[in-house]
Amino acid sequence: MATAIETQTVDLAARFPGKVSAESRPGYSGFVVEKESLLEVAKAVRDEFGYDLLAALTGVDYIEQNKMEVVYHLHKTTGGPKLIFRTQADRVDPIEIPSVTPIWAGAEYQEREAYDLLGIRFTGHPDLRRILMWEGFEGHPLRKDWKEAFYEEEIKPYKSRWPEGKHTYAEFKNPFRDNLKFPPNFDPEKYEPEGEKDLYSSLERFSIKSEGGLKTDHVVVNLGPHHPSTHGVLRVAVTLEGETVMGLKPVMGYLHRNHEKIGERNTFLQIMPYTDRLDYFNSMSNNFGYAVTIERLMNIPVAERAEYIRVIMAELSRIQNHLVFIGMLINDLGSMFTPAFYAFEERELILDIFEAVAGSRMMCNYFRFGGVARDVPEEQMQKIKDLVFDRLPFKIDEMERLLNQNEVLVGRLKGIHVLNAEDAVHYSVTGPVLRAAGVPYDLRRADPYSIYDRFDFDVALRHNGDMYDNYLIRFDEMRQSLRILEQALKQIPGGPINSQKPNYQVKVPAGEAYGRVEAPKGELGYYVVSTGKQNPYRYHVRPPSFVNLTALEKMCVGKKIQDFVALLAMLDIVMGELDR
Amino acid sequence: MYGLGILKGLSVTWKRFWDTYIDDISWALTGKKRYRTEEGIKHRSSKNTRGIFTVQYPEERLITPEEFRFVPFLVYEEKDGKKEPRCTACGICSKVCPPQCIWIVRSSDPVTGKPVSTPAEFYIDMDICMNCGFCAEYCPFDAIKMDHDIDIASYGRSVYNLEKLLKPVSYYAEIRPLNYNAEEEERRAKEAAKAARTAAPATPAA
Repeated sequence: MATAIETQTVDLAARFPGKVSAESRPGYSGFVVEKESLLEVAKAVRDEFGYDLLAALTGVDYIEQNKMEVVYHLHKTTGGPKLIFRTQADRVDPIEIPSVTPIWAGAEYQEREAYDLLGIRFTGHPDLRRILMWEGFEGHPLRKDWKEAFYEEEIKPYKSRWPEGKHTYAEFKNPFRDNLKFPPNFDPEKYEPEGEKDLYSSLERFSIKSEGGLKTDHVVVNLGPHHPSTHGVLRVAVTLEGETVMGLKPVMGYLHRNHEKIGERNTFLQIMPYTDRLDYFNSMSNNFGYAVTIERLMNIPVAERAEYIRVIMAELSRIQNHLVFIGMLINDLGSMFTPAFYAFEERELILDIFEAVAGSRMMCNYFRFGGVARDVPEEQMQKIKDLVFDRLPFKIDEMERLLNQNEVLVGRLKGIHVLNAEDAVHYSVTGPVLRAAGVPYDLRRADPYSIYDRFDFDVALRHNGDMYDNYLIRFDEMRQSLRILEQALKQIPGGPINSQKPNYQVKVPAGEAYGRVEAPKGELGYYVVSTGKQNPYRYHVRPPSFVNLTALEKMCVGKKIQDFVALLAMLDIVMGELDR
Repeated sequence: MYGLGILKGLSVTWKRFWDTYIDDISWALTGKKRYRTEEGIKHRSSKNTRGIFTVQYPEERLITPEEFRFVPFLVYEEKDGKKEPRCTACGICSKVCPPQCIWIVRSSDPVTGKPVSTPAEFYIDMDICMNCGFCAEYCPFDAIKMDHDIDIASYGRSVYNLEKLLKPVSYYAEIRPLNYNAEEEERRAKEAAKAARTAAPATPAA
């Protein structure tokens, strides 16, 4: 399983002798690029070798080697294996690495994240501010020497829990019953957030200038954090001229919990239920991505029946996600209840199955390394068949009859351009938004994982790239999911559901792995570095919502403010994975 | 014609509107109750459901599937009127627990001071528990299981101690009959195998 995907097809080291060397650490793959020639190599990677999509960019803090590393994962939108290269800098502040935003615009937020959480300064980045933490936050949380509030131990399980586990609350250890720590010379009474100034000045820097006509004042409007259209606590600062959006910057992190730091404290298995909480509509897909990554690292097979169960669950999850998307889009456009509740009805029936099989409607925690947690009982299998063969196809048709030709809806959506293909790829947009722009890039086909190469299905594709296409492609995808489900349900074999013995302390060999799946919202990637211990050394999530949001500014500038609400809905963001 | 799409959509809502009556009337004519009966709720969450879909909580409740999991409890067996927890204080649940909300104090023999395989104290911080079910999944003694009781909201913090966590085997058998029977069967098979081994003399060493 691991071999075909990890194979490198280009030899960067031969192309750039002296500047690039092949990775030599065991368990690692790809190339190491000298940071002085990073931009030159990156440009060649894009223009000569055709790796046009920057999938993931993240930093790793190798504190023992005194190095800070940035890892780049590249794909071709025409499919095929990925290319990994990395660059290292000495771990002495300021750590400076050239920014690749001029080459892949999709790096913008990912570099800001690496700057925020690891303190890597990307020189040449247009807008290097903190992104998940607030401006003025002390330290960089993902560094290995940074400790969180109520820090107990480096890794779980904590020794205080057993055998002398007398319960106590974490804050009781502190005489003040809290863990408030101020930087030196800081007075909370006189605090004025400086980050806001940076935000507004960045808005000025990037907003487009109006041409000719009457001289008008620009108004800065803050949408959110509690704006109903944002599906959670996202704040968007917008400069407006009249009703036209001239500049836009999302502000996020209100739901930030440092999922990655929690993951690095956890054992490999313990991360599984935490991944449920990323994109909480699709815990099955999140589990899938994480399981695929760790299995790649462990190099273990997956039980045959479990593979089918995984695909069935992931596709059911996709259908209910798209149903909710449609319901919520219409909700954002102003039709409050009917379509949303029609969509939720089908979703409920799917969640009933998840509940009966996995034990929970949304926080499924169903996948294990090598298989799934428990078998699908015959009764539930029948229920899935009932839904897939007898109900969902007709209900999707009904949804289309209800909405597709509705003049108000069509008027709002048709002809409002979202993204063209070049921009979508440039901004690392994945998932339905990319496919609606006319790029047939679906990981299930481009780089098949699990058993997706066995099924006959089409990659949903639309060409206009307007909002109506973005809306229609969700129906196409649901139909394709149903096709996969029909085949999977017919082919599913009997047998064991896990290739491994149940084990709560899995052995993961040292190395790195990047696993990715086609989540309903786009490419969901996990980058895990193991040192052979019971917990990952580095655990990074590449959430589709977060990376897709990079393109929001590009999508909205020049359009009307009311379209912003619909455009944001088109990205189908979920704050659980956006803020992590 | 402008407005045709809206009319088409309205025909769907119109059909849905009549469906509510059709189902209600046909159920009434056959003398079955669509509401507040298990049969009715089951029908409403089947593929044939149409019309009113809502389950009127709290008068009605969805049927809890066996695998449903919500906060753990400890299983005890009744022996001579005494509660004997199955738990051996091995600590696997507290080690596997992702948010580390399980706290166990192992008993020790008052005379020798050696550890005894029973918990002296057992706490689960229900405010922290994320209902992942790992403790129940990896417990080798079937001693900790996931509950079905969801009404545990309280005004204070809820750290459950041993007394509050213990529930009888009969309760476990009631909420999870299939799991319980499967486990019992496995245990009986194991005991039978063990009995067979002890009854038959060990094969002489070659």
